[in-house]
Amino acid sequence: MLLAGLVGACLAGSGSHAGFAAAQTLLNRKAPEFKRRDLNGQTLDLARYRGKVVLLNFWATWCAPCQLEMPVFAAWQRQYGPRGLQVVGISMDDDPALARRSVARLQLNYEIAMGDERLGALYGGVMGLPTTFLIDRNGVVRAQFQGETDLSSIEKQVVALANGP
Amino acid sequence: MRSGLINRAVIVAVFLLLLSFGAGQRATGQWATPSVSSASSIPQAQLIQPEELNRLLKTRGVEKPLILQVGSHVLFAEAHIPGSEYAGPGSQDAGLAALHDRVAPLPRKGFIVIYCGCCPWNRCPNVGPAYKSLLDMGFKNVKVLYLANNFGADWANKGFPVETGR
Repeated sequence: MLLAGLVGACLAGSGSHAGFAAAQTLLNRKAPEFKRRDLNGQTLDLARYRGKVVLLNFWATWCAPCQLEMPVFAAWQRQYGPRGLQVVGISMDDDPALARRSVARLQLNYEIAMGDERLGALYGGVMGLPTTFLIDRNGVVRAQFQGETDLSSIEKQVVALANGP
Repeated sequence: MRSGLINRAVIVAVFLLLLSFGAGQRATGQWATPSVSSASSIPQAQLIQPEELNRLLKTRGVEKPLILQVGSHVLFAEAHIPGSEYAGPGSQDAGLAALHDRVAPLPRKGFIVIYCGCCPWNRCPNVGPAYKSLLDMGFKNVKVLYLANNFGADWANKGFPVETGR
């Protein structure tokens, strides 16, 4: 986590290329912690979800595959929430009004906050959407999915993590 | 006899219906003309591969294009091709207006490369409208950077240079 954080900090305004390999290094490392205001103005603190399995999804309103995934994530929130799943969505839109409209239209039932380039860099460079991380109950990144993904493979890992220690 | 004719007519009608349905399915699935605003509508001859653009940018003495990112401003800020400018998003009127304002004063023969890289090529909502907008403005020398998956996978993670910042 420290390594990813340092890389993220170095990336800001530096033009450095080195950080963009960091996306791969997040696997089996502590997920970088962050605090953001969610779309309701409340604090979203990733650390608060320690003890839960977190599905951290970077999305945007203009991302067609994202719009297909998110209702499925909402269904998982309902189904696996009692077993400790917490879905967290990070919108990479420029305008929160667009994100709010999507959340309402898709009837999303999980935490959503606005992302930006700093948060993307913190997570190793989120340079394509959707990008999804699975974080175990100890706050360790156990899987990363980029682009259109077979959702059943994500679900299997969600279930495995939820059933695990 | 009448019922036999009616039965045959029904069978023919059902057959024709199924035929038209099948043709429609094929049309939408395989041989449909891409929407004029989709990335897939951009002619192959107007695409430039990442390796080619990177080589071009490193070569001295050749005309360098104006490079415009027409996708997400957040993703642009995170990483973009050095020297490129943000002029998007192509999927929104405000983005196309920004693109228009940027290029309007330029000679129509100028070399322009646009790119996005938000998502897989055939899902990108930005490059198609941006490309069309430039054509409609009379630009003759426009190439579109082909990023099959996204900017990370097809440019940054291949070791090509990037800059950060808005």
